[in-house]
Amino acid sequence: MNKNPWLRLLATLTALVLIAAACGGGGDDETSESAGGGGAEASPAAACVAGQTDGDLAFYNWAEYMDPDLIEQFKAEFGVDVTEDFYDSNEAMQPIVTAGRSGFDVIVPSDYMVSILIDAGGVMPLNKDAIPNLANLAPEFASGLPFDPAGDYSAPYQWGTTGLGVDLAVTGEDVPQTWGLIFDPALREQYGLDGQITLLNDPRETLGAALKYLGYSLNTTSEAELEEAKNLVAEATSAVAAYESDQYDELLASGDSAVAHGYSGNFIVQFDSVDDPDQYTYFVPDEGGTRWVDNMAVVVDAPSPCTAHTFINFLLDAENGATLTNWNFYASPNAASVEFIDPDILSDPIVYPTDQSKLEFIADTGEFETNFSDAFIEARN
Amino acid sequence: MSSPVLPRGSAKLGLTVNAWLIYLFFYAPILLLVVFSFSADKNVGRWGGFTFDWYREFGQNDGVQSALGVSIRVALVSTLVAVVLGTMAALSLERFTFRGKKVFDALLYLPIIIPDVTMAVMMLLFFAQFFDLLDAWFGLSLSKGFGSIVISHIAFSISFVSVVVRARLAGMDDTLEEASMDLYASRWQAFRYVTLPLIFPGVAGGALLALTLSLDDVVITQFVAGPGSTTLPVFVFSLIRRGVTPLINAVSVIMLAISIVLVALSLFADRSKRASAKVSN
Amino acid sequence: MTQVLSHPEEVTPEFEKDAARAQSRRGFLMALPTFVYLGLFFVLPFLIVIVYSFATRNRFGGTDLSGWNFEAYRKLGDSVVRDILFRSIWLALITTIICLVLAYPFAYFIATRRPAVRNLMLVFVMIPFWSNFLVRNYAWRVLLGNDGPVSQLSEVLGLGETRVLFTPVAVVLGLVYGFLPFMILPLYAAIERIDLRLMEASRDLYASGWQSFRRVLLPLSMPGVIAGSILVFVPSLGAYVTPEILGGAKTTLLGSYIVTQFLTARNWPVGASLSFVLMAVMLAATLVYFRKGGRTL
Repeated sequence: MNKNPWLRLLATLTALVLIAAACGGGGDDETSESAGGGGAEASPAAACVAGQTDGDLAFYNWAEYMDPDLIEQFKAEFGVDVTEDFYDSNEAMQPIVTAGRSGFDVIVPSDYMVSILIDAGGVMPLNKDAIPNLANLAPEFASGLPFDPAGDYSAPYQWGTTGLGVDLAVTGEDVPQTWGLIFDPALREQYGLDGQITLLNDPRETLGAALKYLGYSLNTTSEAELEEAKNLVAEATSAVAAYESDQYDELLASGDSAVAHGYSGNFIVQFDSVDDPDQYTYFVPDEGGTRWVDNMAVVVDAPSPCTAHTFINFLLDAENGATLTNWNFYASPNAASVEFIDPDILSDPIVYPTDQSKLEFIADTGEFETNFSDAFIEARN
Repeated sequence: MSSPVLPRGSAKLGLTVNAWLIYLFFYAPILLLVVFSFSADKNVGRWGGFTFDWYREFGQNDGVQSALGVSIRVALVSTLVAVVLGTMAALSLERFTFRGKKVFDALLYLPIIIPDVTMAVMMLLFFAQFFDLLDAWFGLSLSKGFGSIVISHIAFSISFVSVVVRARLAGMDDTLEEASMDLYASRWQAFRYVTLPLIFPGVAGGALLALTLSLDDVVITQFVAGPGSTTLPVFVFSLIRRGVTPLINAVSVIMLAISIVLVALSLFADRSKRASAKVSN
Repeated sequence: MTQVLSHPEEVTPEFEKDAARAQSRRGFLMALPTFVYLGLFFVLPFLIVIVYSFATRNRFGGTDLSGWNFEAYRKLGDSVVRDILFRSIWLALITTIICLVLAYPFAYFIATRRPAVRNLMLVFVMIPFWSNFLVRNYAWRVLLGNDGPVSQLSEVLGLGETRVLFTPVAVVLGLVYGFLPFMILPLYAAIERIDLRLMEASRDLYASGWQSFRRVLLPLSMPGVIAGSILVFVPSLGAYVTPEILGGAKTTLLGSYIVTQFLTARNWPVGASLSFVLMAVMLAATLVYFRKGGRTL
């Protein structure tokens, strides 16, 4: 007797949600199809004017990447509240944002992720009228970036390089600036690096390093070139202590490794904190390497799109941009900021590498991405 | 309860030594964690002189404080609900036969078996569509946050609770409950005064597991959290790229201290209750 | 509702049938809230996983739901996936066995203390796990690292410099550390309810300590052994943070393979199909295991 109404309720609930799932599935389908068409037409730019706010700001950023004082300043200046949340990788942030209803306004994706987000319809076109400070950007950052050529969706935030941090106490003072320290068994032997290497646990960065060592582009879509790079990484794995994307600088400082593959800014902060900073060095090998740029973008369903634009404009301000670089030791794309940046940072070749000709951005290779991740897994099998 | 039979001689010694070694194993990293929460060096593992700075920073860092608060609230609420639902599920499976029991049994294992990321991704997609639907049908504009985190944590904790409670219930018959009802106890009274005390070690174990799982989950929480509802593990996880500082050790030490105080308080309460009324065993 | 069901005088065939029906209804009602909860917040989301497993990754790493196919399942036949699977099962198995060997005497030890002491001991097992998972793993990294206490100890003992960090030994150690409580809790719950006078009786009948363990204690505590093994084996199989932090990610394990498919490669169909197959196999194994275990009771 009691059973029937319950069963009916259960059946109804199940049916409802099944329909929902089906509808939702259809909706997803549409998104991906429109993404195929470019996605640009799908969402119009927000109708905002410079300095306008339309609610509190939810900022989704990398940890330890934003000076808290700047946030306080923004709150005071515009009378809005700011919630900050943090992510640890582009790959974790992207599905959260593209699934919809994330609640975030501004995100800071890296280069290749910007193009993925544009394709997936995860970010909205910027209303450039609402961001007059875009004029502060250095020309090379204002346009012509491969992932967003006209800067329609994103504004550069900070940039840096990927290279090698070396413990000179192990290798000796004159160590050659080459990826061969990792991929050439003779060099590894000579400098005592077997079992002392950490590489980034990231298919594009680590295979990219091997590709650069071989003289190829790190955005190759040639299976033969990738195969060569894969074999190099596979061979090097015997000499690798760990594939590590997060604590490589700590491992270098603690003596658990002697060569670490990693991002420029992290090494600077780490070298700054050790007893003898001269014991360590960082360089991008002569064969070339990765240059990356993180960018501000507005989430397509941002609750407060105008506040988001205003926030981006605020961070592109000459003095605020300099404050950021002085705080997190990454290079600024902001030309107007140069005069406010600490001269020590400006002259530091780790932050601002002198030869930028051999640096490449990682680009999304579309279908070839799975080849990279498969090759990386096979190389470590 | 009669005095338990204790193993004799070398067996007894072996058991005692094993227990102490296991505690040593459990607390070795904790000891290190506590020590380095007082280290002035930013790198955990490199001693930089004694300092209280990290505790002071905890006091000033709103982000960590709010993450800790969210974590504790999520853990308590989800544990409570999961324990009730998981215990009911365990009782129904061990004590009754009903239609659909086999399906239910199988269903209960799925949340244990599913890989973290898979559950994270599916909950992410689910909430996006679920909220769209609620919006379209009822005009409810919900967003991810505390609620979606708690819902997800309950979904994976129920199964762990039920497995532990079932391990307790298996092979136990219900003669005692029947006897109590013969003596005119109501069904609720029979449960409250007979069944619950009998299965309590299982329920408590399940609760401890659920609490631990909730306090430790990163991936699922990250995907179902919204702005401002970051939990402590997610906060810590986001920090690893720029370096985990002893601040996180300090937070861990604070959590350890809170839990030890709570345990001490509950022991104290238990003892005074025992003193005032002898609980039947 | 609160009828007395087991009064012998009143038992008639008709009454028995009613009682059985009432019993069945009560069981169903007791299961219902959990059933509905999991149906809504687990099964429905899980349907999404199943749907995605038949879909295709598009050029941008999104998922095209039109044009269903088995492409993602085909990829699971790769020899790489097979290697990863065997390696992961092997590691999870070792972890489970070590946990069982350590936890059983420990749970028995706790179960034979005074009641007040028991709870205290149990809570002190769990307290370390209310710190932070990641921080504990990093603490192990320091303990096992180059100049860490473990390496210093082995030097003092004259074993020479041994580096445990970034070896499979470190991975197993980390997994055992992380999952040992999952073994201890169900074992304790199962052992504590056993009337230990049975052990005494068997000893009185001239059974050796080993015999009375093997013939009395172990069979009676089997539900705990089974539950604990599952709670350790299954999560170890999918673990990826500990193997990466303590093992250095030099080989791929199942957990990190799935993470890679979902996040790095953004190939959700493969991640979904692998999860689906894995879950189906594990579920079947779990149910069989439990039934077997049930029979030995």
